[in-house]
Amino acid sequence: MTRILASIGAAVLSSLAALGRFVLFTLGTVSHLFRPPLYPKELGQSLMQIGYFSLPVVGLTAIFTGGALALQIYAGGARFNAEAVVPQIVAIGMVRELGPVLVGLMIAARVTSSVAAEIATMKVTEQIDALVTLSTHPMKYLTLPRVLAATLVMPVLVGIGDIIGIMGGYLVGTQRLGFNGATYLQNTVDFLEPLDITSSLVKGAVFGFIAALMGCYYGMNSGRGAMGVGRATKNSVVMAAVLILASNFLLTEAFFSA
Amino acid sequence: MITLSDVHKAFGANKVLQGIDLTVPKGTSTVVIGGSGTGKSILIKCILGLVEPDAGVITVDGVDVTTQPRDAFLARFGMLFQGGALFDSLPVWQNVAFRLLRGSLKRPKAEAREIAIEKLRRVGLAPDVADRFPAELSGGMQKRVSLARAIAAEPEIIFFDEPTTGLDPIMSGVINDLIREIVAEIGATTITITHDMTSVRAIADQVAMLHAGKIRWAGPIGDLDTTSDPYVRQFVSGSPEGPIETLR
Repeated sequence: MTRILASIGAAVLSSLAALGRFVLFTLGTVSHLFRPPLYPKELGQSLMQIGYFSLPVVGLTAIFTGGALALQIYAGGARFNAEAVVPQIVAIGMVRELGPVLVGLMIAARVTSSVAAEIATMKVTEQIDALVTLSTHPMKYLTLPRVLAATLVMPVLVGIGDIIGIMGGYLVGTQRLGFNGATYLQNTVDFLEPLDITSSLVKGAVFGFIAALMGCYYGMNSGRGAMGVGRATKNSVVMAAVLILASNFLLTEAFFSA
Repeated sequence: MITLSDVHKAFGANKVLQGIDLTVPKGTSTVVIGGSGTGKSILIKCILGLVEPDAGVITVDGVDVTTQPRDAFLARFGMLFQGGALFDSLPVWQNVAFRLLRGSLKRPKAEAREIAIEKLRRVGLAPDVADRFPAELSGGMQKRVSLARAIAAEPEIIFFDEPTTGLDPIMSGVINDLIREIVAEIGATTITITHDMTSVRAIADQVAMLHAGKIRWAGPIGDLDTTSDPYVRQFVSGSPEGPIETLR
């Protein structure tokens, strides 16, 4: 019995220690934003890597999701003669939930994994130590540009994903389900409210912050060798995905619970 | 002058450094020898602050390293890492001029590139290497680039961590000669970590042997072959028989 309690206690202490390290890492990252020097070139490169080069995957994810959503709503709505709500539900579904969440998860898959693997490899090959000996703070040079870039660019990606997703629904609605194009778009515009768009963009920023931060955190704290890099990459993506979904629930609750 | 007094460092139950006392006089080349896993690299990482010692005092020119402003302190050092530790994402010249492109030693880009090419030339690499990426270079060339980066800002103190590991004997000889020449040119204080005895004889003014977490023996290079210390004798001869336990 004592042994069981001891192992539970050890697990709790270990978890709390890990949480403490993560909180300190997060605060450390944010604090560097207010302490020069900043590295604009690295920020620019991160904006390109995380933002511009993610556009194809975001676009493809959004257009297929919007199209499938239109088909599902049409089929489901037909059960109680509500096929006409397709434009409104596609719009609200994409903008409030599916757009930010799917873009967030795709960024977790694409960006979190590559950031974690890159930084973890830098750690095991002593490049992080080399940065320190060259009077460059790794958190300032590696972490802050990536986290800042992801936080800034994710609302843009989510906005683009929302629009493309709605267009996916529009294409299916007009080409497959017989909706009038002008009416479809009018219904979409009429139904969306500013709060829907605001919540979508805020979610994007939060998800971007989480995705890049998890990649940096697990990369910086990776174990040795190929196994350490692999484990850091896997854990970063899993934790980023879980935190994105959990924070999505909290943000939805905060924005829309009446 | 660098001094380490009763420096301890443990990782969990593994006590790596157990009371290191070592003095490295200014302008001299000290080589630390010892078996694999004895904590030689940890020793120099403690001096640089990459690893925080559990106990003990480390001073540079009489000043405790923990009390010195970090950037100014690190600006006095250059380091050649065992694997080169070149930044994959940057071309060679930006690796060499890394310190000159940012921070307190920042120079205009053109000037930094010129210095980088000059340092590359100093380590025997042609200017066309400057625009290549580290992955496009052989191991020996990467070591030379890393050496060029270590000396780019002409530091007062340079650390070399296993400078010849993984290189063929001829390339090892070239790197040893370069280190010796460059250190003499700059007048730097150096600590070299190695278990390559050819390097020891080529580079060292004084030698210290690390064993079981302590400096087992230290003395001038001339005394290395005449010492009666059985640990040093076994290490120098490379014999499996002796007081240093070996796994078979």
